[in-house]
Amino acid sequence: MRRIALTALIALAVLAPSCGPAAAERLVVSLSNHRVAVTSSFIGENLVLFGTVEPDNARTPLRPPYDLVVTVTGPRETMRTRRKERVLGVWINTDSREFVRAPSYLSILSNRPVAEITGQDALRRLQLGLDNFLLPQRFGSDLGDTARDDPFRAAFVRLETQQGLYREASTAVTFLTPTVFRAAIPLPANVPTGSYAIDVKLFARGVQVSSANSALEVIKTGIEQYVADAAHDHGLLYGLITALMALLIGWFGSVVFRRD
Amino acid sequence: MQIYLPIADLPVNIFLVLGMGLAVGFISGMFGIGGGFLMTPLLIFIGISPAVAVASVASHIAASSFTGAISYWRKRALDVALALMLLSAGIVGTAVGVWLFTKLRELDQLDLMIGLSYVTLLTAVGGMMIWESVRAELRTRKGMPATLRRPGSHTWLHGLPFKLRFKRSKIYVSAIPVWAIGFIIGFIGAIMGIGGGFLLVPMLIYFLRVPTATVIGTSMVLTLVTMASATVMHAATNHLVDAMLALILMVGGVIGAQFGVRTGQKMRGERLRLLLGLLVFAVGLRFAYELVVSPDDLFSLRHVRAG
Repeated sequence: MRRIALTALIALAVLAPSCGPAAAERLVVSLSNHRVAVTSSFIGENLVLFGTVEPDNARTPLRPPYDLVVTVTGPRETMRTRRKERVLGVWINTDSREFVRAPSYLSILSNRPVAEITGQDALRRLQLGLDNFLLPQRFGSDLGDTARDDPFRAAFVRLETQQGLYREASTAVTFLTPTVFRAAIPLPANVPTGSYAIDVKLFARGVQVSSANSALEVIKTGIEQYVADAAHDHGLLYGLITALMALLIGWFGSVVFRRD
Repeated sequence: MQIYLPIADLPVNIFLVLGMGLAVGFISGMFGIGGGFLMTPLLIFIGISPAVAVASVASHIAASSFTGAISYWRKRALDVALALMLLSAGIVGTAVGVWLFTKLRELDQLDLMIGLSYVTLLTAVGGMMIWESVRAELRTRKGMPATLRRPGSHTWLHGLPFKLRFKRSKIYVSAIPVWAIGFIIGFIGAIMGIGGGFLLVPMLIYFLRVPTATVIGTSMVLTLVTMASATVMHAATNHLVDAMLALILMVGGVIGAQFGVRTGQKMRGERLRLLLGLLVFAVGLRFAYELVVSPDDLFSLRHVRAG
């Protein structure tokens, strides 16, 4: 009896790391810039995430090689994917699906393809990779994710990828030494403003061993901020001022070029 | 040089947009039209969403028509009474148009509606203009005098009640067709992001027999007020007017228009109408092509709301 209990205990101790993040490794990450300002000359920006893998206490040995997956998610937004069909010879939006609270920006960066890092079950559970990320759709009053090959889901991911807002890059993370890494996070020019969450997961031999979080903020500044705020909060006044500006420029044009 | 547009939420090349403003301004000065039917498709082409394009172009047209209206006012070539009459209906038309614009946007059919109205309007109006100017050209070749306005000839429109006299234009017509035209122009302008000058001028000439001397100036006043109110209404209801984009377009447009006017004055009327007809017709065909030909991508995305 005692033997069995002992065996079970040993088995548990051996199995423990595969059940969840173990305490052997610790991730330390640092982002090059936590605040990205969208100014009038904004054409996109590349952020760099640096980090090291450290032993949790000095006596535990590290177990390289490691794999790293970084998931960056932008502010949530409800989007509609529409499909055109030919009706009476003309192409019309006939069918659509609503993606509820989908990230407006989604980057999945890793040092090699996520499918090689860990098994399919873990990928699904941890939502690693564009195929495994949860994108709930509205079905009547219910919400639910569909199969990966659902045409609307595939089109949604493809269109977002074309705009540079969704990406899965299996070479974006580089290990400089077996324990020091850097990840390039590209923010395109059309990046939405708001708070972004960065989730870093460390794997060793297919098992998640540690994780870390960070965040960044994309904000409009200066005149962009002012104009966007005015347009949303004081629509009528904003419209009146724009109309007035039109009249002013029109009048100015006629004065400058007056010939009679 | 790239500049970030705060409402359209994307960076554009400032010189490209300025150049577009100049080119469209040149054409609008040359033909005495707002040029919205060219500007809106151009903006959509460079990646600005149709809704933002339509709403922002309204203010651009307001600027260029104000420039035009001032110079016609100096020449006493506009009929204030007729313009006010058209306007009273035009504003109602604009309000209905902005309302429908909002509804169609919710139904995901705004792009289709914009496309369809462009095709029908532009091909019809362009075709009519080409036909009319070719006939006039042939008549002058044969040595026959061009008679656009036949004094004394009346249509059924002249039999309608509520007749009014417009002194400057020397016409005596019922208020009903005047209101109807004003309403249609205001409505179409709000939905399509066009001033409607290329529609209004022929309508005033053929239906109300407004003389050529006052027609362009009067149409510019109407365009100015409907587009200025469309700007305000679009801003208040849909929050889609990009002031930064509008500003660049206006500056280009106002400068371009001045050169266009000079070029236009050197050309004969029929030749000018034929060119404008061809241009309008070509833009219409371009839209028809887009609606009929299988799109590269059957799917498209739209933001519903944040959060």
